[in-house]
Amino acid sequence: MRRKINLYKNIDWLTITIYLVLVLMGWFNIYAAVYNEEYNSIFDLSQKYGKQMIWIIAAIVIIVVIMLIESRFYAFFANPLYFIMLGLLITVLLFGTEVNGARSWFAIGSFRFQPGEFAKFATALALARLLSSHNFKIHEFKNILIIGALIFVPAGFILLQNDTGSALVYASFIIVLFREGLSAAFVLLGVYAALLFILALTIPLIYILILIFLVSAVVAFIYFHDRRDVIKGVFGFLLIIGLIFLANLLFFDFSIIIVLLAAAVVFSVILIIRAVVFKYRFLFAIVGITFGALSFTYFTDYFFENVLEEHQKSRINHLLGIESDPLGAGYNVNQSKIAIGSGGLSGKGFLQGTQTKYDFVPEQSTDFIFCTVGEEWGFVGTTLVIVLFVVLLLRLIFLAERQRSSFSRIYGYAVVSILFFHIIVNIGMTIGLAPVIGIPLPFFSYGGSSLWAFTALLFVFLRLDASRLELLR
Amino acid sequence: MESNLPNNRRIVIIGIILLIAVIYITKLFTLQVVDNKYKTSASSNVLRYVTQYPVRGLIYDRNNKLMVYNEAAYDLMVIQKQLDAFDTADFCKILDIDKDFLIESLKDAKIYSRYKPSVLIKQISAKTYAILQEQMYKFPGFFTQTRTLRKYPDSIAAHVLGYVGEVNEKNIEKEKYYKSGDYIGASGIEKSYEKYLRGEKGVNVFMVDVHNRIKGSYDEGRIDREAVPGKNISLTIDAELQKYGEKLMGKKKGSIVAIEPSTGEILCMITAPTYNPGLLSGRPRAKNFRKLQIDTLKPLFNRALQAQYPPGSTFKPMTALIGLQTGVVKPTTKYGCQYGYHVGNFSLGCHGHPSPLNLIESIQHSCNAYYCHVYRNILDYSSDAGIVANYTKWRELVMSFGYGKLLEIDFPFELKGLVPPASYFEKLYGNGWNSLMNVSMAIGQGELLVTPLQMANFSATIANRGYYYTPHLVKDIQGDDEIAPKYTVKRYTKVDSQYFEPVVQGMYDVVQGGPGSTARNARVDSLDICGKTGTAENPHGENHSIFIAFAPKDNPKIAISVYVENAGYGTTYAAPIASFMIEKYLTGKVKRKWYENYIMNANLLNVEKKD
Repeated sequence: MRRKINLYKNIDWLTITIYLVLVLMGWFNIYAAVYNEEYNSIFDLSQKYGKQMIWIIAAIVIIVVIMLIESRFYAFFANPLYFIMLGLLITVLLFGTEVNGARSWFAIGSFRFQPGEFAKFATALALARLLSSHNFKIHEFKNILIIGALIFVPAGFILLQNDTGSALVYASFIIVLFREGLSAAFVLLGVYAALLFILALTIPLIYILILIFLVSAVVAFIYFHDRRDVIKGVFGFLLIIGLIFLANLLFFDFSIIIVLLAAAVVFSVILIIRAVVFKYRFLFAIVGITFGALSFTYFTDYFFENVLEEHQKSRINHLLGIESDPLGAGYNVNQSKIAIGSGGLSGKGFLQGTQTKYDFVPEQSTDFIFCTVGEEWGFVGTTLVIVLFVVLLLRLIFLAERQRSSFSRIYGYAVVSILFFHIIVNIGMTIGLAPVIGIPLPFFSYGGSSLWAFTALLFVFLRLDASRLELLR
Repeated sequence: MESNLPNNRRIVIIGIILLIAVIYITKLFTLQVVDNKYKTSASSNVLRYVTQYPVRGLIYDRNNKLMVYNEAAYDLMVIQKQLDAFDTADFCKILDIDKDFLIESLKDAKIYSRYKPSVLIKQISAKTYAILQEQMYKFPGFFTQTRTLRKYPDSIAAHVLGYVGEVNEKNIEKEKYYKSGDYIGASGIEKSYEKYLRGEKGVNVFMVDVHNRIKGSYDEGRIDREAVPGKNISLTIDAELQKYGEKLMGKKKGSIVAIEPSTGEILCMITAPTYNPGLLSGRPRAKNFRKLQIDTLKPLFNRALQAQYPPGSTFKPMTALIGLQTGVVKPTTKYGCQYGYHVGNFSLGCHGHPSPLNLIESIQHSCNAYYCHVYRNILDYSSDAGIVANYTKWRELVMSFGYGKLLEIDFPFELKGLVPPASYFEKLYGNGWNSLMNVSMAIGQGELLVTPLQMANFSATIANRGYYYTPHLVKDIQGDDEIAPKYTVKRYTKVDSQYFEPVVQGMYDVVQGGPGSTARNARVDSLDICGKTGTAENPHGENHSIFIAFAPKDNPKIAISVYVENAGYGTTYAAPIASFMIEKYLTGKVKRKWYENYIMNANLLNVEKKD
């Protein structure tokens, strides 16, 4: 049951307007950020601003092509596209060119292309296709594994390319899963993990152990039928700690951490025996949560010490306030804050910024483009940009919710998730609220690959939305 | 799945978006409107980062004698954006440069950056600096920055110490610490211990107005950081011995390496011809470097680590040791020699000496025929597994002495020499190759290649009767208590220590034995020197003279290798040089003055062709 629709009438012009405004603002700010007196025309093709104009024109061509393709195509080809993208990611890992330490580029002559940017788009389509398939139950164990693989395989390849920032973007799909009914417990578990990750790096292990025990006790307190049992359990646990502590004092000389862990093991064995005897499965969950959290803490420590590169470590350390190093990792953020802060309420005016132009701010046309907005347009400019992004996101959520096809709705939320993650991390890092992980500001940052990828991501959704009345599924 | 999910999920997502937007806008409000820390009254105030360069660590020898120190120098810096019209004639006069040079340099600086400071003239003298400093107010946009220059009190050990040069783009890309114009150790110890020597740069942050006037410390100096000076390093080198060896080798090509067998510490590492390390310090470096580079004697070539020579007869102790280990000879085994080794049409000559000889005597007289027998026995009879397996076993034993592989010394650009694998000979001679075809390997000729360092290490291994420590050049780093564990591990060879005694006895007799011993001229009373001569055939000209030695025989204090290119027999030059070095190190002076003078003054630099 299909009706032909009028594209022109059904497309969402509000979103397109916001898109165009953001792209043009980006272009002007790139012009201001790398302004060169000797090549002062914004159309000068030897400069970044001239090139960005070409990327914008190419993006418009991409939009037209996307609009001309039938909307069914995207759902139909979601999986093939996903696998082609995986192939490209493997190829770039083997034959790609290294830029700034990340092996994530194909270089053909002077033209460079980053397949990782398009991987988000392909993953979003494939995820939408998977979740919208007939009779798909999100909480079946098998399905959780499939979802995990679908998201983490491309993220893993991108991590191998040494592009940690782009790999972290995939974590944002949790928003899609949450919207599609993933239990809030999973999300809380994610928050718990993030909290442990940060704490593992900032506070001594002993406090984390105590925190983990407390959380487990609280969970037990909330979910248990008989709360007196929980109180008994807590006292029992304290008693075991006391006994082992005394034994340690008399016979051995282990650290207090070992004592606590030993107590946890002993207590867990008792709990598991009770769980088996009384057939009370919830006790397993409590033991699982506790030991899951413990091993996660150790894993974090290991990951931080052995997997992360020196510069990534110091950036995280800097953000967490463990390290203060104005010339090293903190240099970028400090300069960026000075640039934005010096803009004041209304900014210094177009092309009047000194901090960004004097090369004090690094990557001022790509990752730190928001500094130029802050310096030249002040608080008014930065607020306007944030408001524009918020309106765009809310509009996209509205559009997603009005879809009849669950494929379109899920894809819409995937678009929201990716954009949202990019926006908060990119803006956050320039004002010191997020670690510097080097991902572009959508539609704003200089660069063909990222502009085209975000354009394709957004306009495929607008194309689906324009045909929302076609599909009655 | 359910098409209509609970609305509250959507509300939660929208809520999070709005919450973060509010947090960000609030943060921006404090940053941009409330907090004055980031703002200053004038619209174009900028911060200037003045880098504080740390003092580079000093380098001492093993007896705490200073080998490298620092002297202050000044770089003239320029910031393009802040330049104003100035009296160029006056400026050029003070600095003693011509106007074209100034214009060119300014253009280069402009290409680098219009806003960041760049170096206009490096290392101006203290005198010029004093004059310039007084007149600085006349030249807006210029300022000076203090740097340090490396100085060498004795002008020795150029290859060991290496030199400090300006960072190149690769360095900067590899490590963010370096900025254009910084200095970095480019070779030698300066390179391998760069991390310790360089220290840590500091920074002072000033607020500067458009006229380049410093308005004060930014944020009350809270983000300033002091430079951390580099750490001092003590080398294992004995500067006196190094200096003496360089003098001995002054008019020769080749290398001397000496090692303390009981620790693996390198006592001297001499490459000849060498150069004055001061030539590669400071402003004239580029010019001098080019000059040294085109010198036909290749003074920049570090022969001690990078020259790959045939070991010649100094390899015979190895063949003997492997013969004993594989059981194909005993110390008492005798072979006859009629002026060489003759099989069918094959003939490998030898000099006149008593015959037949046992193993110890064969070392003493350096008999070629004896080692042809031993080598062929190893390849043909050490097991039934066939020649490929036996050769491979032989190679494995040779490599356990550090030949044919990197010793992994704490020094850049070491080469590994060559002990070819069996496949090489299969390719060369086909599958049916036999032990006669490469029998010259037995006496250190043929395809074998070793470095002087490896030869000294071989000598130290024999001195230790079967093990060595990885040779190294650094004894102590200031503030670091222990030396790296890899230098304190005994590395055992695959030859049992019981087999070393007859070989040591043979080497003892080489020097201390009766008439016919090959190096009686290396004898020094009461020092019990053990050694082995070598003469490497050189298809391109005069033979190379080689000697390896250690002393005293029991509880050895020094092991040494000497390689003199185009100097004839091992006994002619290399043996006396080694004996002088050992005598100098063990007793502090050399008694045989006339002989010392004769060897020291012999000029072998231009002996290329055989007469």
